[in-house]
Amino acid sequence: MKLKNTDELNALKAQSLKLIETRRVAESVSTKDAQGLVRHVMVCGGPGCHSSGSPRIAELLEEELERLGLSEKVKIFQPGCFGFCEKGPMIEIHPDNTTYCEVSAEDVPTIVEEHFIKGNQVERLLYMDPNTKERFSSNIPFYDGQLRIALRNVGNIAPENILEYIAADGYQALAKVLFGMTPLEVIDVLKESGLRGRGGAGFPTGTKWEFTRKSQADQRYIICNADEGDPGAFMDRSVLEGDPHSVLEAMLIAGAAIGASEGFIYVRAEYPAAIHRLQVAIAQARAYGILGTAILGSDLTFDIQLKYGAGAFVCGEETALIHSIEGTRGEPTVKPPFPAQKGLWGKPTCVNNVETLANIPPIILKGAEWFSAVGTEKSKGTKVFALAGKVNNVGLVEVPMGTTLRKIIFDIGGGIKQHKTFKAAQTGGPSGGCIPTKYLDTPIDYESLTAIGSMMGSGGLIVLDEEDCMVNIAKFFQEFTMDESCGRCTACRVGTKRLHEILTKITEGKGTLEDLDNMEKLCHIIKDTALCGLGQSAPNPILSTLKYFRDEYIAHIVDKTCPAGVCKSLLRYEITDKCVGCTLCVKKCPMNCITGSLKKIHVIDQERCLKCGACMEQCRVVGAIIHH
Amino acid sequence: MCNSNSPNEFAQKLDDYIDTLPYKKENLIGILHYAQEIYGYLPDNVQWHIAQKLDIPSAKVYGVVSFYSFFTMIPRGDHVVNVCMGTACFVRGADKLKDELENQLKIKAGETTPDNLFTLETLRCVGACGLAPVMIVDGKVHGRMHEAQEINEVLAKYRPEN
Repeated sequence: MKLKNTDELNALKAQSLKLIETRRVAESVSTKDAQGLVRHVMVCGGPGCHSSGSPRIAELLEEELERLGLSEKVKIFQPGCFGFCEKGPMIEIHPDNTTYCEVSAEDVPTIVEEHFIKGNQVERLLYMDPNTKERFSSNIPFYDGQLRIALRNVGNIAPENILEYIAADGYQALAKVLFGMTPLEVIDVLKESGLRGRGGAGFPTGTKWEFTRKSQADQRYIICNADEGDPGAFMDRSVLEGDPHSVLEAMLIAGAAIGASEGFIYVRAEYPAAIHRLQVAIAQARAYGILGTAILGSDLTFDIQLKYGAGAFVCGEETALIHSIEGTRGEPTVKPPFPAQKGLWGKPTCVNNVETLANIPPIILKGAEWFSAVGTEKSKGTKVFALAGKVNNVGLVEVPMGTTLRKIIFDIGGGIKQHKTFKAAQTGGPSGGCIPTKYLDTPIDYESLTAIGSMMGSGGLIVLDEEDCMVNIAKFFQEFTMDESCGRCTACRVGTKRLHEILTKITEGKGTLEDLDNMEKLCHIIKDTALCGLGQSAPNPILSTLKYFRDEYIAHIVDKTCPAGVCKSLLRYEITDKCVGCTLCVKKCPMNCITGSLKKIHVIDQERCLKCGACMEQCRVVGAIIHH
Repeated sequence: MCNSNSPNEFAQKLDDYIDTLPYKKENLIGILHYAQEIYGYLPDNVQWHIAQKLDIPSAKVYGVVSFYSFFTMIPRGDHVVNVCMGTACFVRGADKLKDELENQLKIKAGETTPDNLFTLETLRCVGACGLAPVMIVDGKVHGRMHEAQEINEVLAKYRPEN
């Protein structure tokens, strides 16, 4: 079934449209009117929903519909991540455009009976705004302000069926590039669009492709960086699992524009589901002749191989990644020469992030102007963020560049969990920094975030509240970078360890002001002398928290307290006069250091107290046991 | 890991796999993944075997095995329990989850229980941040693990019936 030319591709597309048209009606019908029509039920297969049982829900739905003879009328699909992880497992029903949240296996019979047979929406499963208590069957507020370009197909198509991708304009951009554009024109479009690397550094993609093309060689390579090592980031994972063909198409376009016939996708080993989806996608693309020789009747030869990571964060750095593909330790090498000049096996290599690649097919199809109309002056297009932490709506959001943090966290994100107070937002993972309240109205783009001491990073956005200790967070990131340091250069290998030691001292109440001074100096030395991006950015969380939360460091050092109440060694548990003398804590204390008899106020022996907090957890009287 | 296979059968399986690869030296990491899947871990003799087959120094193989955290030279238990220590999980209490697991299994992270049933390790982010804090047993993700009781119940599923 190899497609021999674009006519065959277009014919296949026309044929396949019926696979997805139910999901794309111009005006949705009401649930009652939808009875009798063929329905599509999309059961979110994103990582969160999947782990919460969505495959079982899909299975049960199929069984129940089969049992009632409705399988021909109601079809079940398991696409990629809808993005609203907090409310999963989620399902979306078309053409009546109804979304159900927090669905459980027990809800299946009700959904089938009420929704499909009787034509009534199941009210209690509709999304409810926590403030207004209003129910929404569609147009959920979470999606207001979002613009899904990289995620355009995620959640809408069955990722293991190439025909659905083709129906959704899949490989049309490739056809345009092969027969309607020269390689230089493709590169120009990318440059004009303003697309910048979404892995974190933000290098202009068109320029990177141009440099790689200009390097003379008999072979060039395209690499997709799917290592997504930032803890708390799952944007790339969603694209790989939900729309794998978009990455393949982009790599093919890169091959045509740059002059390469081999591509590699380097996927981290922690993503077995993504690996599986990619394997299926590559096999299908080969079967249809989209990977191989004489692609679509052109003279392009291109094939893609998968390579696996093995648990090394540093392999997200492009030179380390290249060495990993070469079969060696993932130790970065000095740049220049850049991979565009001398990369994999010494040949010019273009390394692009998954999200960057996912943007390429629509840019080719819709044009540079369309893309550059979105975003800010220097940061065009959208960015996908993995919103997590102490926020109500944890999930995946894609917003135009220039959207403020306030909008993302408080509107889309639904504000801080349990009505606590916002303290800071951490962007850029272990290489980034924190953003305090005063910068909440900063429009997000590459430059604005760097200006306030953070960085865009890959898109992880962790929200912190009053109960998070900024010193402890800095220590957490430092532990991570220390563990992941490849060990090659002294600055990082030794430096990150020393920084971690100092932070540990501070959180244990043994730090001095001299330590603080040394730590700051060391941060700058490491930034200046480390060999690669990992080391150069490792001190960022410390410098950033020092800039905005110096008072917390001082409190730990001088006052020997932890204002957020996190650092155990600095906590002091005390029993107040609200104590009713119930002896619950006396029995619970693992050190037996609470004295007190019935109806008498209890007392904690501070010398022996472990500060484990077990007493406070047991106590039934509000305010009887406090810590500070 | 199937215990009924003899070391020779494992070696044959590994060699067959390596023979299918067009590039051998460059696929060292893929080969190590495969070897660890069949043997369960990568002891000296397996590394040496691979070095011989690929015609590279065994020090090079060791260098790669010791670099990447996925590879282990120590046998793992029947079930591997991973605690995600990614930022999102950390902020939602991964520390407490790890402490509770260490408590219930009576081992520290990185160790295996004396009956060889469980190995406890930490991982850096599996991308299920919506379910923080997360623990993974044999690749299966268990989310929102806040209560000691829930953790106990998950572990109980993997214990043999008494």
